[in-house]
Amino acid sequence: MADADVIPIGSGGRPGRGSGRRTTPSAAARALAGRGGQKKNSRARSGPDGKRADSDAAAGGPVSGPGAAAQEPRVGETAGAVPDVDGPDLSGLDLGGLDFGRLERVVRELFGEDGERRVAEWLAFLRRRLSGDYELDEFGYDSDLTDQVLLPMLRPMVEKWFRVEVRGIENIPTDGSALIVANHSGTMPIDGLVTQVVVADHTGRPLRTLAADLVFQTPFVGELSRKGGATLANNDDAERLLRQGNLVGVWPEGFKGLGKPFAERYKLQRFGRGGFVSAAMRTGVPIVPCSIVGAEEIYPLVGNIASLARLLGVPYIPITPFFPLLGPLGLIPLPSKWLIEFGEPIRTDEFADGAPDDPMLVFNVTDQVRETIQQTLYTLLMQRRSIFF
Amino acid sequence: MVTGVSRDAGARCARRLADDPAIGTVLGVDVVPPRAELGRVRFVRADIRNPVIAKVIAAEGVDTVVHTGVVATPGSAGGRSSMKEINVIGTMQLLAACQKASGVAKLVVKSSTTVYGAGPRDPAMFTEEMAPRAIHHHGLSKDAVEVEGYVRGFARRRPDVCVTTLRMANWIGPKTDSPMTRYFALPVVPTVFGYDARLQFLHEDDGVEAIQRATVNDLPGTFNLAGDGIISLSQAIRRLGRPTVRLPSFTASSTAAAVRRARLADFSPDQITFLTFGRGVDTTRMRTEFGFEPKYTTAEAFDDFRSSLGVGAMTRVAGLLGAGLGALRG
Repeated sequence: MADADVIPIGSGGRPGRGSGRRTTPSAAARALAGRGGQKKNSRARSGPDGKRADSDAAAGGPVSGPGAAAQEPRVGETAGAVPDVDGPDLSGLDLGGLDFGRLERVVRELFGEDGERRVAEWLAFLRRRLSGDYELDEFGYDSDLTDQVLLPMLRPMVEKWFRVEVRGIENIPTDGSALIVANHSGTMPIDGLVTQVVVADHTGRPLRTLAADLVFQTPFVGELSRKGGATLANNDDAERLLRQGNLVGVWPEGFKGLGKPFAERYKLQRFGRGGFVSAAMRTGVPIVPCSIVGAEEIYPLVGNIASLARLLGVPYIPITPFFPLLGPLGLIPLPSKWLIEFGEPIRTDEFADGAPDDPMLVFNVTDQVRETIQQTLYTLLMQRRSIFF
Repeated sequence: MVTGVSRDAGARCARRLADDPAIGTVLGVDVVPPRAELGRVRFVRADIRNPVIAKVIAAEGVDTVVHTGVVATPGSAGGRSSMKEINVIGTMQLLAACQKASGVAKLVVKSSTTVYGAGPRDPAMFTEEMAPRAIHHHGLSKDAVEVEGYVRGFARRRPDVCVTTLRMANWIGPKTDSPMTRYFALPVVPTVFGYDARLQFLHEDDGVEAIQRATVNDLPGTFNLAGDGIISLSQAIRRLGRPTVRLPSFTASSTAAAVRRARLADFSPDQITFLTFGRGVDTTRMRTEFGFEPKYTTAEAFDDFRSSLGVGAMTRVAGLLGAGLGALRG
């Protein structure tokens, strides 16, 4: 459309208000060789869809590029007033004027049989989004958006950038709830997103994460996390999620683990106040320890602008070797090699009644989980050949 | 006796109660005469902010008081101070009158889920026991907390009276006129940039039914009432097919002031935080103890409300996409 907008404006170098060719819309429409105009029409419609499908169909992209480039100048030559013809179609909602048959053919030519289905799915998704015809659960989890947009967006990062290797996925129960407890590191909570993708892809079940209140105070981040299945890390929400039979992910180190200096990498911090253990005990669900290797190296934290952080009300402003030195480029995580291992579940349904209210027992179980993760981290680090491979 | 009958919710509750053959006489009390038809309800012009209300209760031998007189809109009450006067002082006087009247055996208070506030530290779903996390200093939210405080005090002093507090989610429906319905009726709906509130609604018919149920049966306690399910603010606006304009949060209060000045909708700061962070309440107790099943889910109630509004601009775009999809499928 951007190209087409430019063409009709101006007089093609001749003096006067416009070229003789620029006439009323109806005359222009008559002047169009029906085929050219229709093609242009359908091209304009398929533009946005084609762009979106590009990311899915890498092969389809290059094909559409040259095709579009070859077609558009020709159409522009024959009729400068194409956008004028286009305009009334959109605003007047004259569906008869749109040739969807041709659109279908173009889509099929560009993306093949499979592409047609994909474009149809995309259109259906867009229509659901635009008409609000989707379901949220009570935590604000939007499974439609998560499956169609959020997870596919993260997947290349998980598979291509970090090349995540997953072990012990069989330790996650295939049905019923479980509490997945993992170490937290890497300055930004990328490990949470990666774990979410890994669990969703390997078990087919969504991982519902528990996030700090700072997340929900932050614009966009809070909105997207809720839609992606996160909720506030507190006992009420955790127990509620577990009672409903969800897989819940928790990173009990919180900001202490996330924002620890690079020198202290893979040394687990205090595991909160053990609230996650009492939540698991109350609901009797197993705790699955999860050890994540690789997240420490994505943004090596070498310093912290504490005064600015206090001013902004955030836990820290990181200084990494590349941030803020390289500006936005420094925000690209380093492509470390990741290993994620899910350990054997720790059962919590065999404790006596009142166990959740026994602080000593809760601390013991917390330590047990922490030790398991720490030991697995050391083992995984021994097995990793280097940071990046 | 039903208070606040000049407004729609109170009038409908009073009518519903009057239609019940098991109930003898229904007295409707308010300062201004009701605009709506009250049917069998006998209207008594009295001000609950005034001790005269005690004489009405004594003279008429009132045994059940249904308090729906808590006002949500400062505009209709004649300003914020007047609204607070009606809500807080009115409730105090009414409860003082009830305490003196030995005949009163039941009190039903229509409260609101705004008592839980709204903020980023809120749990996903509030149960009746949970305390609000966000401290509110404004509007209906503060009033509702104070009203409930007085009601609890009354329940302590008169343990023989069956006190039911109904914390209702925002009423919605074709006949409801509230800040929320006015907000959704704006041609372009402003929302807060970067946030998407979770909303729960209660259909107006369900609200009236619940009050009737609480009046007829002895169900002491505090109950959350809301339709099942949750919809997000963006989803609600999309369902309306209206365009949104997402404004940064620091402009929210000035936008609200502009909207108020244009007499389009009436917004207080607590409603802005509600539309920023949203709120969900747990309705388990509504089912188990109160024994009430709303006819409409949140989404159905909203759809019913939507049908009373015109078609928005965005619906056309969706129609276009739908036609394209149909053609693709052949």
